[in-house]
Amino acid sequence: MNVGLEHYLVVSALLFALGLLGVIVRRNLIVIYMSLELMLNSANLALVSFSRFNDNLNGQVMVFFIITVAAAEVAVGLALIVALYRKRQSAHVEDLTSMKY
Amino acid sequence: MQEMLNYIFSANGLFWVFAALTLLFGALVVANPFSRNPVTSAMFLVLTIISMAGLFVLLHAFFLAAVQVVVYAGAVMVLFLFVIMLLDLKEEERRKIKKAGLVAGVVSVGAIIAIFIRSLLATNPGKELTNPTSVGDTATLGKMLFTKYLLPFEIVSILLLVAMVGVILLSKKDLK
Repeated sequence: MNVGLEHYLVVSALLFALGLLGVIVRRNLIVIYMSLELMLNSANLALVSFSRFNDNLNGQVMVFFIITVAAAEVAVGLALIVALYRKRQSAHVEDLTSMKY
Repeated sequence: MQEMLNYIFSANGLFWVFAALTLLFGALVVANPFSRNPVTSAMFLVLTIISMAGLFVLLHAFFLAAVQVVVYAGAVMVLFLFVIMLLDLKEEERRKIKKAGLVAGVVSVGAIIAIFIRSLLATNPGKELTNPTSVGDTATLGKMLFTKYLLPFEIVSILLLVAMVGVILLSKKDLK
């Protein structure tokens, strides 16, 4: 059987579901953040496979921009987590329920 | 035996290998039965990203495969590990899992998978496409970045600068 677009899309969908499951089920802030990265990566995989099978490189440029924005986003998010940890001494989402301390 | 090896190392066989590895390592990031340590999750995320770079190579996106390894597995994951070790996060102590939350999570994820698979089956997106020839190597993507996508490219550089300033501000000791 020849591997086509739909195979890659199924892998991407399953990876997205795994990331979503991590965001919902896990309660460590850092692990939740890693699951978010997983979801972002699955979207990248879908874009690259669409780009390949439509013979159009615009999708790959899009993925390049997504990776750049993701790197910036990770830096800001982790800085926020560090600032939060300094105030509350915890990275567990159930300890971080109040908006103002 | 030889035939099987030949199949595994063909493009189709390698897809199955890398897809299985990506999903397996991804599952181990989210729910590792042996360890709840965030460092283990981070290391498995590195493996997920590297096997995904393998999938990118199979899709002839060579530049993106390299960027994936360098930027994600290199820079981003080092940042994650740095923060985990800076915060000195211990093994997550086992707290009581709220049954309702777990059930709601699993049900919603199952629903999303069902929607994805149903829409894939209904539209069958790969059916009318011809044999692809495009190759995403560095020269081609570089030319596109500096001609058609020059403005977004410059805007992204400003975004990176803003993120850098924001991070420095956020990590000041006396955050107001």
